[in-house]
Amino acid sequence: MATLQQQQQGRDRIRLALLLTPGLLWLVLFFALPLVIIFVYSFMTNDALGRVVYQPTLDNYITVFTQSLYINAYWRSIWTSVLTTVICLLIGYPLAVFIARSPQQWRMPLLMLILIPFWTNFLVRIYAWQIILANNGIINGFLELIGVGRLPLLNNEGATLIGLIYGELPFMVLPLYAAIDRFDFTLMEAAADLGANKIQAFLRIMLPMTMPGIVAGSVLVFIPTLGQFVVSELLGGAKVDYLGNLIQRLFLRANPINWPLGSAMAVLMMIVLLVLIMLYFRATTEEER
Amino acid sequence: MSDSIAIELRDVVKRFGDVVAVDHVNLQIRDGEFFSLLGPSGCGKTSSLRMIAGFELPTSGSIIIHGREMGITPPHQRPVNTVFQSYALFPHMTVAQNVAFGLEMRKTPKNEIARRVQEALDLVRLSGLEERRPRQLSGGQQQRVALARALVNHPEVLLLDEPLGALDQKLRKEMQLELKSLQVRVGITFVFVTHDQEEALTMSDRIAVMNKGKILQVGTPTEIYERPNCRFVADFIGETNFIDGVVIGRDGNYTVLETPEGLRFRGLAARPLSDGTSVTYSIRPEKVRLLTPDGALPPDGLAGTVMSVNYIGSDTRITVRINDRRIIDVWEQNTRSTLDRNEYWQPGEAAVIVCPPDNALVLSE
Repeated sequence: MATLQQQQQGRDRIRLALLLTPGLLWLVLFFALPLVIIFVYSFMTNDALGRVVYQPTLDNYITVFTQSLYINAYWRSIWTSVLTTVICLLIGYPLAVFIARSPQQWRMPLLMLILIPFWTNFLVRIYAWQIILANNGIINGFLELIGVGRLPLLNNEGATLIGLIYGELPFMVLPLYAAIDRFDFTLMEAAADLGANKIQAFLRIMLPMTMPGIVAGSVLVFIPTLGQFVVSELLGGAKVDYLGNLIQRLFLRANPINWPLGSAMAVLMMIVLLVLIMLYFRATTEEER
Repeated sequence: MSDSIAIELRDVVKRFGDVVAVDHVNLQIRDGEFFSLLGPSGCGKTSSLRMIAGFELPTSGSIIIHGREMGITPPHQRPVNTVFQSYALFPHMTVAQNVAFGLEMRKTPKNEIARRVQEALDLVRLSGLEERRPRQLSGGQQQRVALARALVNHPEVLLLDEPLGALDQKLRKEMQLELKSLQVRVGITFVFVTHDQEEALTMSDRIAVMNKGKILQVGTPTEIYERPNCRFVADFIGETNFIDGVVIGRDGNYTVLETPEGLRFRGLAARPLSDGTSVTYSIRPEKVRLLTPDGALPPDGLAGTVMSVNYIGSDTRITVRINDRRIIDVWEQNTRSTLDRNEYWQPGEAAVIVCPPDNALVLSE
């Protein structure tokens, strides 16, 4: 005969299993399974019609590591993602401080202003940037008016960067706001009282204490930026290849399409992400240990 | 305690929008003094402290620390340190790192930092907890870290903003005595902000009582308690019986007043008052004597009836009705240890109260 406590524990375990099942199923079906498929495909071969042939090989990885087209795409994507993350951080941090330090009744409206763009489809917003940056667009119209003349603003890597920063900024601001809002600004007064100037107080107190927000925001910006392909196509003019563009092309538009090579690129991208994020966590959480 | 001035506030005004937080305050705090700013919340005591620290700038007037006009000197360049009400310890640093922070900012050599941090932690009896984080400490320990973090810098003046407010009653009492003895040992001027009159009386060399942005009275604890200069101070510090009346003359050193119903009281007035001045008579409950009636009333005596008797351990608190409208509180010390109820007054009993004029005050305004 089980004790009452054991009966209770048994019942708790059943409840827990019931509650976790849907989530677990979802993860297995839509996360783990596709991941396994991609991983397996990355070691397969392609035939002339673009079908996956089950013939194990390392060729796909060798191709990625040896052909400059692919290697360059990695470097370009990593560099662009780092740049996007850093610029989002530099814009987002002061913005988040400003919102967190605003009078209570202003904070929600200001946060809403950050979120309102999400009410419109992302593609539509990127097309809007085309209109802004185009040769006969809004900015160039103004530049011509004041006599500067038209500048090539669209269809280059700068335009891609602008679009990425624009799109990702909210994902930086929101976690930063959450961290800064929790930060007790009396600590800055305490630091000043103990002889720290503004910069010292920021570096020694506020920065380490809001680091969780910086890490969260950076990761949220960096990951989607590394794999993006829409912005570089619509604003960058698809002149240079980013990781996302290559993978998308290999899966859908190449002739013949090449799923195994695309899978190898995707797996490597995941590894790059894992390594970079691990390094980042290690670098930013050192203070705590 | 020397007579040189550590901090001077000259005609300091602080406005926040339409609100006048500090209203033309003049104040001199002496070197080595334990000085308290005492008043209800919103009286301007914390604003005054924050202006000395440099967190706020006065709207007008000037603040002088050891002869140096502070002007717009930022907090990190002022020779003062603050113990915050919330302690404001840096949560991501250990106790030792918290205490070392001020010295690091002042580019103190490493080995000197280590030595002085140790000294400061010894001073507040926290050695052994160097590697703890603030959240692993009790409220009382956090408070000591905050003290050590400030004192380690050897400030010219230590500012304390209700530092005992978050502690429970017993710990508060302990820390009061400890803070006071600490202040005597380090010899640094302490400016202590509190709304707790008992705390101020216990610890301070001098107290400034504030209300509505103004300083009402500055004096030693005895002066403030025994000779309050106005009704607010008498009311805020300790408890007292107030009786409103009009001055009808003088009797030697004493001023005589009469209440609307014709009762007469004698007491000390701070300055001569002309007849007809509206005044408030104030006598503290422990100064009133209660006698058993025996025929003729003694001088300054009034006949009354005991209304209620409350035994509170150290004292017995008795309310005596002297006429339809007037009740006087009387506190008698329980000097004898007895369980006999008859030792105490009984409700309904006739009694005579005596208000010794040397212990009573006549307050104008």
